[in-house]
Amino acid sequence: MGKYILRRLIIALPSLLGISLILFVLLALAPGDPFGELATNSNVPPEVREALRVKFGIDDPIFIRYLRWLAAMLQGDWGFSFASRIDVDQLILQRVPTTLFVVGSSQILALAVALPVGVYAAMRPYSIFDQIANTFAFIGFSLPTFFTGLLLILIFSINLGWLPFVYRVDIPATGWAWAFEYFKQAIMPISVLGLFQAASYTRYVRSAVLDVIRLDYVTTARSKGLNEGKVVIKHVVRNALIPVVTLVALQMPAVFGGAIVTEQIFRIPGIGSLLISAILANDTPVIMAVTFVFACLVVVFNLLADIIYGWLDPRISYR
Amino acid sequence: MQERELRDLIADVKTGRLSRRSFVQQMIAVGLTAPMAGMMLAQSGVAMAQTAIPYKPTKAGGGGLLKILYWQAVTLLNPHFAVGTKDQDGSRVFYEPLAGWDQEGNLVPVLAAEIPSKENNGLTEDGLSVVWKLKKGVKWHDGMPFTADDVVFNWEYARNPETAAVSIASYKDAKVEKVDDFTVRVTFSKPTPFWADAFVGTYGMIIPKHLFADYIGGKSRDAPANLKPVGTGPYVFVDFKPGDIVRGKLNPNYHMPNRPYFDNIEIKGGGDAVSAARAVLQTGEYDYAWNMQVEDEILTKLEGAGKGKVNIVETGNIEFIMLNSTDPAAEVDGERASVKTKHPLFSDPAVRQAINLLIDRASIEKFIYGRTASATANFLNAPEKVRSKNTKFEFNIEKANAILEAAGWKKGGDGIRAKDGKPLRFVYQTSINAPRQKTQAIIKQACQKAGIDVELKSVVASVFFSSDAANPDTYTHFYCDAQMYNTTMTQPDPGFFMNQYLSWRAANKENKWQGRNVSRWQNKEYDEIYKQAEQELDAVKRAAMFIKLNDLVVTDNYIQPLLRRPKVSAVAGNLAVPLSGWDNDLWQIANWYRET
Amino acid sequence: MAVASIGILTLLTAAVLFGPLIWRIPINEIDFTARLAHPSWDHPFGTDDLGQDLLARMLYGGRISLAVGFAAMAVAIIVGVLIGAISGISRGSVDAALMWITDLFLALPQLPLLLLVIYLFRDFLKNWVGPEGGVFILIVLVIGAFRWMPVARLVRAQFLSLREKEFVEAARALGATTPRLVIRHILPNSLGPVIVAGTIDVAAAIIAESTLSFLGLGFPPDIPTWGRLLFDAKDYLDIAPHWALFAGAAIFLTVLTINFIGDGLRDALDPRRVM
Repeated sequence: MGKYILRRLIIALPSLLGISLILFVLLALAPGDPFGELATNSNVPPEVREALRVKFGIDDPIFIRYLRWLAAMLQGDWGFSFASRIDVDQLILQRVPTTLFVVGSSQILALAVALPVGVYAAMRPYSIFDQIANTFAFIGFSLPTFFTGLLLILIFSINLGWLPFVYRVDIPATGWAWAFEYFKQAIMPISVLGLFQAASYTRYVRSAVLDVIRLDYVTTARSKGLNEGKVVIKHVVRNALIPVVTLVALQMPAVFGGAIVTEQIFRIPGIGSLLISAILANDTPVIMAVTFVFACLVVVFNLLADIIYGWLDPRISYR
Repeated sequence: MQERELRDLIADVKTGRLSRRSFVQQMIAVGLTAPMAGMMLAQSGVAMAQTAIPYKPTKAGGGGLLKILYWQAVTLLNPHFAVGTKDQDGSRVFYEPLAGWDQEGNLVPVLAAEIPSKENNGLTEDGLSVVWKLKKGVKWHDGMPFTADDVVFNWEYARNPETAAVSIASYKDAKVEKVDDFTVRVTFSKPTPFWADAFVGTYGMIIPKHLFADYIGGKSRDAPANLKPVGTGPYVFVDFKPGDIVRGKLNPNYHMPNRPYFDNIEIKGGGDAVSAARAVLQTGEYDYAWNMQVEDEILTKLEGAGKGKVNIVETGNIEFIMLNSTDPAAEVDGERASVKTKHPLFSDPAVRQAINLLIDRASIEKFIYGRTASATANFLNAPEKVRSKNTKFEFNIEKANAILEAAGWKKGGDGIRAKDGKPLRFVYQTSINAPRQKTQAIIKQACQKAGIDVELKSVVASVFFSSDAANPDTYTHFYCDAQMYNTTMTQPDPGFFMNQYLSWRAANKENKWQGRNVSRWQNKEYDEIYKQAEQELDAVKRAAMFIKLNDLVVTDNYIQPLLRRPKVSAVAGNLAVPLSGWDNDLWQIANWYRET
Repeated sequence: MAVASIGILTLLTAAVLFGPLIWRIPINEIDFTARLAHPSWDHPFGTDDLGQDLLARMLYGGRISLAVGFAAMAVAIIVGVLIGAISGISRGSVDAALMWITDLFLALPQLPLLLLVIYLFRDFLKNWVGPEGGVFILIVLVIGAFRWMPVARLVRAQFLSLREKEFVEAARALGATTPRLVIRHILPNSLGPVIVAGTIDVAAAIIAESTLSFLGLGFPPDIPTWGRLLFDAKDYLDIAPHWALFAGAAIFLTVLTINFIGDGLRDALDPRRVM
């Protein structure tokens, strides 16, 4: 096992390098340029635009730019944002806490809803509870977050006036008042994201538990007279967790990467809104930095998932 | 409108028969800017009006927190790098120019003690120099005095191409020198009728020499003050998170008495225009929201909540359709839409005329934009008619059909007209933006009824408006038959604006599609008049030439104006906000206050 | 349940296929006098802000939404199952390479990639199969390309676990070849998550299509797909709720029926069915 992990880690480095090269080339080829706004502004002569392009080295060959980027990255220099004219790491660090809080909480909410509901629904397939849970899940993933977010705003901010819909990082209060305000503004975005995620998790959990619950050893355990709760926790859930772990590992990078649509709706200053505004402004260094960190997390979490499989099902062997 | 008519109008303003405001409105209607109109009046001896901006509070402070919402967030705070209006507005909270432009084209002094004129010896007869007197006793936020050295420094800073300032055009052809501690002289290399560009308005904000002197040229990006502005403005910098929020607090040493009213200010960014409107008009969570590109129907509904109102000020922005005069399908010398080709359909004037008749401007205005735009066919009707409701645009499907029929375009079996085997079918593109897509739908349907088949195409704005030479979907490539966008005229001098139809400015492969003549429309007469206008010193004669230029463009039907787009914002009911269409939204932020 | 769902889904499909033949109001008939009209006999689903008939638009757009939903789901599932199965049954370098590709696709930033795809391939496909067909292929491939990775990871995880189970060992001991093992024994047992993913993907594809058309990659802006209707309607939610209602309900109904069919399928295919 240890040898296996070591080998995977060693492979991870070149594979990340490969991913970074592909990302870089893709961004360099993608249409649009960071100084587009200057082009539509007749007050700015083309020479300034050219000077900026030269200054930021945009007209150099892609491969040279990649090597330059890589060398800088290895020294801890994340690049320089064209749009804000400051260092990229500064921009990203300002936003990490908010994203971790909002998206992280929504993932926890999703699991907290999906695990019990999914397991309980699977234990009594086609019961009333199962039908209701399913219907809610279907509604959950039929409606996109841009829609549910707006619906919540209309209900809770505009009609009832209970919750604010503009997310502020700097609430002018301290202590409990601050915590309360922060909590109030976070309810809607966390619910929108969390319930959307919970809807699909619920379906997966239900399906996974259904797969396991009819296996022979579960029947055996039951026939041995173990009580139902114990059977479910010890034998069923553990084995049903494999797909759930896979899904959670797939979602974890998003806790860093943010949720573009939801952050946009509630004006949450997270990584997702940074990424989308960078993309719309063609601010390549920012896009590259965010996607590269995201790529690292994808690789790490998928590796973690592989390791957890072995722990959940000791018969899985790695060679 | 001829020069003589212009002179008559100016004479009317002089004698008081015509108000300054309606003169300015007429000039805007013929395609000029309010600042240009103001310059014409000033040169003809009508003094700039002393704009009195209403302000009631009798002491500074006490107003609490002013919450402003921008649906595009401020990304930087150095006014010389500020490209978008969001960044210019963010900078305007902390930095100030010598003077700003009000809605009627008057210069309003800010850091200047007075506006230069012939009477105060600020202006010379030859139009070669301007002398600005600076306000005394102004202090930077860090306590240093504001002097002529700072003003001269801004010129050195911005004109250096290495600095890569977006304000370079206002400074590179001038020379600025210090006369004494509170006087500077701006000298031009050639007589310049439009003298109020440097140090005025959007590109005129002044940054402090003592903090930026070491960061001129290539080092400009390293200045710490780029992110922590120290200005002369009514609010002192507190905090800035690029792409999210800007915060400031009251400047106790502000150079205008009893100002500002608010103790704190914040500009929050992000989201979309509709929800920004909701936050001001419906819930009152915010006090001011910028640039309401929202269907009027929604705005009206939101106003019903009674929390705020929509504020509309006139600008020179025009939404228009451009028909390609070249053939986007044919490739000549490695580029499409080459000026060596002619468009197969639009080269027939009857087709252009028919399309003009098929644009239902009245409905587009009424049902899509409402108060947030006004239909216009022609920048160039006689002034008294321009603002009236029955301008000369016409929507007439039968007439369009008749014109096409007469020109030999006959309907085929599929209902599409054709002539010499060429079907009347074209592609019409624009950027992605809900009102634009609805406009497309309305025009497409009318064309269909006249036997013209229109294929709609929409390109995401970040690509459409980019200067990427490799991408064929940008508006400057114009590899398409027709396109629609909004041309902005924030530059006070229309000279910049009008060069977009010069033959030698045609966008092509050679200039990497940077040429400003996107339609590739070519006209010898236009080129000649433009050359004359460049030399012309007399502001009135020059204005008459610009009007003639506009006339040439529009009557040829390659360029079809649709709507004038004013500046629309949402304002809390009790907030007094002096706005101007010729300067930034926050140009008078020091004079904002809440009615009690 | 599954049978009833098949009935409803057939009805929906028939409605979008043949509905426009019966309900003959053109989808782009603008009528300013009937803007944002609530449902009535003239306009059973009401009208939008240009006075266009929403029933006609729903029927027309439904063809595209349903076709895109199913085709993109098929692409995602087929690619995902293939890669997941190959990766899960083979070991070592094949597995590593396939998982590297999966990680790569997960890491790709979607928006810039989409813009690149439009830029590179739109004209080519348009010339090749015509504007509508070209856009259709492009959208299906793009949505499919961004949604197969979870399926691949799920299938692989199932394979890793199942291939060590007793019944697989038993079959292997009896001399079953690897392809037979996979097709007869492992794959049917790992279909649970695949079916769930498939049903979720239909909904996701219908919605994703609207996002794409917003980027200029999708169908021209005047083609009213369900996702697009929902998107256009969102700002009018408190003024004209009917606009969003029917499009949202149509997507929901589709998802609902597909899910029940999926559940039915899964119960029918379950090798350990003990009903």
